[in-house]
Amino acid sequence: MEIRIDNLTKKFGDVVGVEDLTLHIDDGEFVAFLGPSGCGKTTTLLTLAGIYKPTEGLIRFGDRVVNTVQPKDRNIGMVFQSYALYPHMTIFQNIAYPLKLKKAPKNVQNEQVRQVANVMGIGELLDRRPGQLSGGQQQRVALGRALVKEPDVLLFDEPLSNLDARLRLTMRGEIKHLQKNLGITSIYVTHDQVEAMTMADRIAVMNLGQLQAFDAPDELYDRPKTRFVAGFVGNPPMNFLDVDVSQSNGGFVAAADSIQLPVGNERGEPPAGYDGSVVMGIRPEDITIADDGDVNGEIFVVEPLGREDLIDARVGPHSFILLADTEKQHRAGERVALKFDMTQAQFFDPQTERSLLWN
Amino acid sequence: MSEPNATAKTSAALLQSRRNALRSYLGAYGFMAPAGVLVIIFFLIPVAIVLYLSVTNLASSNFTSNLAKMEFVGLKNYETLLNDQFARKIFFNTIFYVLVTLSLFNVTLALIVSLLTTHIDRSAGFLFRALWILPRITSPVVYILIWKRMTAEAPFGILNQFNEFLGQPTYNYLSTNPWVFVVVVNGFIGVSFGMIIFTSAIESIPKDLLNASLVDGSSRLQRIRYVILPLIRWPLLFVVTYQTLSLLTSFVEIQLLTDGGPGLYRTEVWSLTAYHRALSNYFGNAQWGYGSAFAVLLVMIGVVLAVIYMRVFRFDELIAEPRVEAL
Ligand SMILES: Nc1ncnc2c1ncn2[C@@H]1O[C@H](COP(=O)(O)OP(=O)(O)O)[C@@H](O)[C@H]1O
Ligand SMILES: [Mg+2]
Repeated sequence: MEIRIDNLTKKFGDVVGVEDLTLHIDDGEFVAFLGPSGCGKTTTLLTLAGIYKPTEGLIRFGDRVVNTVQPKDRNIGMVFQSYALYPHMTIFQNIAYPLKLKKAPKNVQNEQVRQVANVMGIGELLDRRPGQLSGGQQQRVALGRALVKEPDVLLFDEPLSNLDARLRLTMRGEIKHLQKNLGITSIYVTHDQVEAMTMADRIAVMNLGQLQAFDAPDELYDRPKTRFVAGFVGNPPMNFLDVDVSQSNGGFVAAADSIQLPVGNERGEPPAGYDGSVVMGIRPEDITIADDGDVNGEIFVVEPLGREDLIDARVGPHSFILLADTEKQHRAGERVALKFDMTQAQFFDPQTERSLLWN
Repeated sequence: MSEPNATAKTSAALLQSRRNALRSYLGAYGFMAPAGVLVIIFFLIPVAIVLYLSVTNLASSNFTSNLAKMEFVGLKNYETLLNDQFARKIFFNTIFYVLVTLSLFNVTLALIVSLLTTHIDRSAGFLFRALWILPRITSPVVYILIWKRMTAEAPFGILNQFNEFLGQPTYNYLSTNPWVFVVVVNGFIGVSFGMIIFTSAIESIPKDLLNASLVDGSSRLQRIRYVILPLIRWPLLFVVTYQTLSLLTSFVEIQLLTDGGPGLYRTEVWSLTAYHRALSNYFGNAQWGYGSAFAVLLVMIGVVLAVIYMRVFRFDELIAEPRVEAL
C-alpha cells in the first residue's frame, strides 16, 4: 500500500506534535522515522493509525484519503513499545482479537492464530497470559497480533527499546526478514540510529516536529543535508568545528586557529564563497593518527570499545573524536599527529544549518 | 577458653534477634493501634451495648433513673420482631430498595456516567463529574428540601408547575409514587461513589492498550465490552459490595423525604425502623430494647453479606504481594 502524507500538521492545543510533514512512501517499502524523544514520531504514527485526527494536511493510503477514516477501517497492524497486550486475555485470545473483531469463523481464527504463532516461535505459549511471558516473548506476541489480520500497513513504535541489547539484535534481523518476505509497507519509529540504518530502505529524520531529511541510509550518512542529520546519524557522532575557508595557491584551505586543512575544489568552493566562518563536519573514521599528519595534538581520553579505541584528541581548544586500532595502545597524554581525510569533509551554513554542499 | 565465649556470643545474638522480632511485632501493632482504638470505641463497644440492650425491655415507658431496674427479657424482643406483622413488609421493602437503587443507579448509571465522561473532552468530563458530586457533599437536609420543593403539590412544586404549564394534571408525587422518588433521590447521591472509582480505574488503563484495541479493529463500543469492562472488574465488584452495605444502613434521606410513609410503612426500610422504634416512636414512646433488636439483625446481615462478598469476589487477591519483575 502506497502512503502519501502531504503537509500534515498535528497540534495539541498550542503544542505542536508534528508540523507540515510531507512524505511519500512506496508500496512495500520499509521506512524508519528517526529522531530524538519528543520530536513527533509517535504523533505521526498515531495519526496514520487514525487515533489522532490531523489538524491540517492530507493522508492517503493508495488513492483513498483516510483523514477521517476510523482506525478499524484502515487495516493497519501496530506494534507498541509497551507491547500493549491485553492482560486479561490469553496469548491465543490476544492474537485472535483482530480476527474476532472481523467476525472470522472460529476454525479460521484457530488456524490463523496457530500459523502466526508458529512463525513467531510462540506456539507453545498460547495458553499463557501476557504477565507470564518475558519481554522478548511479549514482543513476539505483539508482532503476531499485528500480522494476523494481514494488514496493508505495519506501524512500529520503538518496538525494541524495552529489550536487552542481544535480543534487540536478533529481533532486528527477524523483523526485517519478515517485512521483506511479506512485502507489507512498514513504518518503523525509533530513536536508535543503528536500528534505522540497518533496517530501513529509507529514513525520515525528524527534529522538533519537523522533517529534516528523507533519504536512503548511506545517502544520509555520506551526504547529510542539515547539520542536525549529520550529527544524529552515525556513531560515534560527527566532529564539528568552526572554520574559515579561503582560496590559496589554486586550492582551498579550511582554517581554525593553528589548524590548516587543504580542501579539494569540489568541497572547498561552496564554503569559500560563504561570507564569514562556516561549520565543518568530519566523521571519526575520517581522522587517523599518522606520522605524516598535518595537525599536532594531544590525546585527552582513551575509551576502549573492544574492537577499537575511541579517542578524544585535543588540538588547542578543539576536541576531535576518532577511532584507533587497539593494538597501537595509545595513552592519554600522548602527543600525536592527526591526518584529516578532507575529501569526506562536510560544510554547513552556521545560521540555517543547511549543508553548503548538498541540496 | 574459646568454647564458652562462642556460646555467649550465640546466645547474645539469639537475644538480639528475639529483641528485633519483638520490636517489629510491636511496631506493626503500634501502627495499627490508632485505627484499632477508633474501631473499638466507635464500633465494637456500641455493638456490644446494642446487643445487650436488645435482650432487655428498656423503653421510655418503664425508664427510671435507676438503671438496675432494667429487666433482662432474653430473646423476647426477637420473638416479638418475628411476629411483628410489619417486619416482613419492611424486610422486603429493604431488599427492594437496596437492589433497585444499587442496580439502576449506584452501579449501572455510575458506570454509564464514567464511560461517557471519559470518552468526551477531558475538562468537560471533569466538570460534569464535579457537578454530580454536589448531591453527596450537600447537607442531606438541604438536598431533601430541594427535592421536596420539586415534588410538592400544586401550585408549589416545580414538577407540578411544569405540569400546569403543559396543561397536564398535577400529582402529589410523594404519596402517589413514593418509591420512585426514594430510589431516585438516593440513587442520585449513590452514583457519585461508583463514578469516582470507575473513572479513576478507566483512566488508569494504559493509553497504548486502548489505542491497540482501536487499531486491532474494534469500535469504541467493542472496546468497552472487550477491553475496558474486563479491566475494571475489581473496582466493579468492590463498588457492588461496598454500596450494598451502605445502602442497607442508609436511612437519613428516606426519613427526611417520606419518613417511611405514606400510610403504614410504604417506604420504611429496616435501618429506619430501628431508628423509629428506638428513638422516635409515636408520642415519645421509645422502645430502646426492641429497636436494638432491629439494629442487631441489621449488623448481622451486614457482616454475613460482607463475608460472602469477600469470599465470592476473593478480595484477598486484590492485595496480593507485588511481583518483582524477573530480569
Ligand atoms: N496527547 C498529547 N497531548 C498533548 N501533547 C502531546 C500529546 N502527545 C504528544 N504530545 C507532544 O507532542 C510532541 C511530540 O510527541 P511524540 O510524538 O510523542 O514524540 P516522540 O514519539 O518522537 O518521542 C511532544 O512535545 C509531546 O509532549
Ligand atoms: Mg514516542
